[in-house]
Amino acid sequence: MKLQLRYFASIRESLGLEQEAIQLPASVRTMDDLRAHLRLRGGIWSEVLGEGKVLRCALNHQMVNPSTDLVDGAEVAFFPPVTGG
Amino acid sequence: MAIRIQQADFDLTTEIANLRHGDLQVGAITSFVGTVRDMNEGSTVNAMTLEHYPGMTEKALEDIVNQAKARWDIRDALVIHRIGPLMPADQIVLVAVTSAHRGESFLACEFIMDYLKTAAPFWKKEDTPEGGRWVDARVTDDAAATRWNQKKPAS
Repeated sequence: MKLQLRYFASIRESLGLEQEAIQLPASVRTMDDLRAHLRLRGGIWSEVLGEGKVLRCALNHQMVNPSTDLVDGAEVAFFPPVTGG
Repeated sequence: MAIRIQQADFDLTTEIANLRHGDLQVGAITSFVGTVRDMNEGSTVNAMTLEHYPGMTEKALEDIVNQAKARWDIRDALVIHRIGPLMPADQIVLVAVTSAHRGESFLACEFIMDYLKTAAPFWKKEDTPEGGRWVDARVTDDAAATRWNQKKPAS
């Protein structure tokens, strides 16, 4: 499965990355799997996407739960809880 | 319904005149304007920068306004949210709602604002004397949005 990943606000800043294209192994099926998969990169990745960190995620511009299945070709975003208004 | 995300400032009087223009059924207009404070969490705020998620933010706001329309009998709604660098006292956000009677527009305006705070992807970064810092989400904002689930829609 191929995905376009995007990072926003403090997550983007900590990772030093705005977006990337990624090819995933078949074992990565859900948003939570993806987050765990990215943690395997180690260093700042395991810290910023750590299990204790409160993060929001979106699949194709829709806020979703960690258990949501990924969709091939989708745009996936990770960001901190929102603070607009 | 209009959703606008822009760097430029807005003029409340002009926006409200445009929103109600030509609709003679409008008997009530409720508006909310949020502005930048010069103090937050015990620190002086010299300036702030607002970031959003182009594409998703517009969609999230449309979804929130549609929920308000499904819930209350409103005529129209407008949301303007600014992005980019802002200074203390600058306007950040405008939510304006028109309805035939005041009850619906009061409720819908507050509902849209409460959901915007928790569901629309915007992030604030404050410039303080201690350096830049991302604003943390508030538990009270979550509570404000959640309480609408316990309220019955106004009849």
